[in-house]
Amino acid sequence: MEKSMKKFAPIFLWPTMIAFAIGFLIPFVYGIFLSFCKFTTVTDWEWVGLKNYGRIFYVNGVLDTTFLHSLWYTALFTVTSVLVINIVAFAIAMLLTKGIKGTNLFRTAFFLPNLIGGIVLSYIWLMIFNAILQNYSKTIVSTQWTAFWGLIIVVCWQQIGYMMIIYVAGIQNVPGELIEAAKIDGASSFQLLKSVIIPLLMPTITICTFLSLTNGFKLFDQNLALTGGNPGKMSQLLALNIYDTMYGTQGWQGVGQAKAVIFFIMVAIIAIIQNKLTTSKEVES
Amino acid sequence: MAGNKTEVSAARRSKHGGILSVVMTILSIMWISPIFVVILNSFKRKAYIFKFPFGVSPYPITDGFDKFLKGAQKMFCGMLNYQNGISKTDLFHCFGYSLTITIGSVALILLCCSMCAWYITRVHTVATKVIYVLCLFSMIVPFQMVMFTLSKFANMLHLSTPVGIVVVYLGFGAGLSVFMFTGFVKSISLEIEEAAMIDGCNPLQTYFMVILPIMKPTVITVAILQTMWIWNDYLLPSLVLNINKYKTIPIAIQYLKQSHGQIDWGAMMAVLVVAIVPIVIFYIFCQKYIIEGVMAGAVKG
Repeated sequence: MEKSMKKFAPIFLWPTMIAFAIGFLIPFVYGIFLSFCKFTTVTDWEWVGLKNYGRIFYVNGVLDTTFLHSLWYTALFTVTSVLVINIVAFAIAMLLTKGIKGTNLFRTAFFLPNLIGGIVLSYIWLMIFNAILQNYSKTIVSTQWTAFWGLIIVVCWQQIGYMMIIYVAGIQNVPGELIEAAKIDGASSFQLLKSVIIPLLMPTITICTFLSLTNGFKLFDQNLALTGGNPGKMSQLLALNIYDTMYGTQGWQGVGQAKAVIFFIMVAIIAIIQNKLTTSKEVES
Repeated sequence: MAGNKTEVSAARRSKHGGILSVVMTILSIMWISPIFVVILNSFKRKAYIFKFPFGVSPYPITDGFDKFLKGAQKMFCGMLNYQNGISKTDLFHCFGYSLTITIGSVALILLCCSMCAWYITRVHTVATKVIYVLCLFSMIVPFQMVMFTLSKFANMLHLSTPVGIVVVYLGFGAGLSVFMFTGFVKSISLEIEEAAMIDGCNPLQTYFMVILPIMKPTVITVAILQTMWIWNDYLLPSLVLNINKYKTIPIAIQYLKQSHGQIDWGAMMAVLVVAIVPIVIFYIFCQKYIIEGVMAGAVKG
């Protein structure tokens, strides 16, 4: 069978592979190469070694903190959003697995914002935020902290429904006998949650944590539409910072590409840790 | 076990069910209330949107019903914002482009990636192993890493049109799709395929008549995930497409802000409503598949 299939490789394999090469492989390899070059487009490169990587932090011998600022701003944003999203999503999932009337309808409502894209979502909230904040003579981009909490609210609204669905699936897989047994043994609701439900849900919690972690870390659309990085560049998350470096100022494409490589390495590290954690969990259970 | 579960939930329901239902009803209405605010404001005159964002009249109803009603009449302007917004953004064209790109890309991804996944699972060579690993690898690469080079290459290859971009989406979306299809193909027993081949099917016939029908659940999952991504995607099309000619809906909305400095909030509200409505309709009809697809996608991805 393998032999006869191999003859059909041009039909089965090549279309995807050609597109994969154009849409991913060549741009990726060439992107790494260009991060060591000075360039304005893909054909006029000039090798400069590690200079681009140096210019991320030092410009003409002066420390440039923009990238570092957006790095810790992103880290803080990611941690906060992961916590809020997962706690709220878990709480709603618990309420929605109690078998109350209208569960399906509630689930539908909570999930709905997830289908609306980042750009549309952000303008909905931009209007609401600014309408409320004008009473205090502020806008969403008054300080980096109004922008911060604005972004948190927007991503929570978008992602809580999604994580809730995954938690519901996890909770429904917890055997009912275990919960009954714990109750008969006199466990309080809190003990039940802490000692029975949460330990059994660890795989689900790991999945949701990492999903929200990478989503937060890679956030772009909402950042662009809601705050645009304002005030100054103070609310720029990493992805927007890279975009801004690459397309905002002429002659900085190389630095932008170098930042993108660092960004990729950080995302890859998160993914590897996740993979280690989930596979080790699978072995245990 | 199933019987046990329903007993438990029945017992719980009788205890707290009523109050909880009411609480959850209020919560979920609050949850989607921003959408209602946008719909309400899309019918208001520009000047009133920020002055009275949540009300229906500038005057409280205690000022007398007549005054309240007159205020409301002044506040609302019918479909004016919609005419404005749609003509400013050329929204129907954008809708057409979004639809073409999404349907084209998803169809191509489903066909090509499922074929590719079947091939690399059944044919054991070094090349197919490398392809599988590369697909896994591509899933962790953020778009920022390839955005510059990808958009330049796409321009050089004349892929900057709603038809050409389909190839870019196939390429960049292949990783996840091939991964998910491969996971499913591994569970299909070889005997079915071998039987088909012995009966005289060539691989192409086997694929369309045997494999594809079996893969239907995964096809739906992948279709849902990719549709949600491509329909809402902003950055990739904004870099790859020739923006002066072709805008998708997210791009049109972003440019409504950029091109006019101060946002025309009346037009913006109307455009947002037009952008949300198809999604909600799609959601209502495909809800079951969407939620199942999300669950399956999360567990695998």
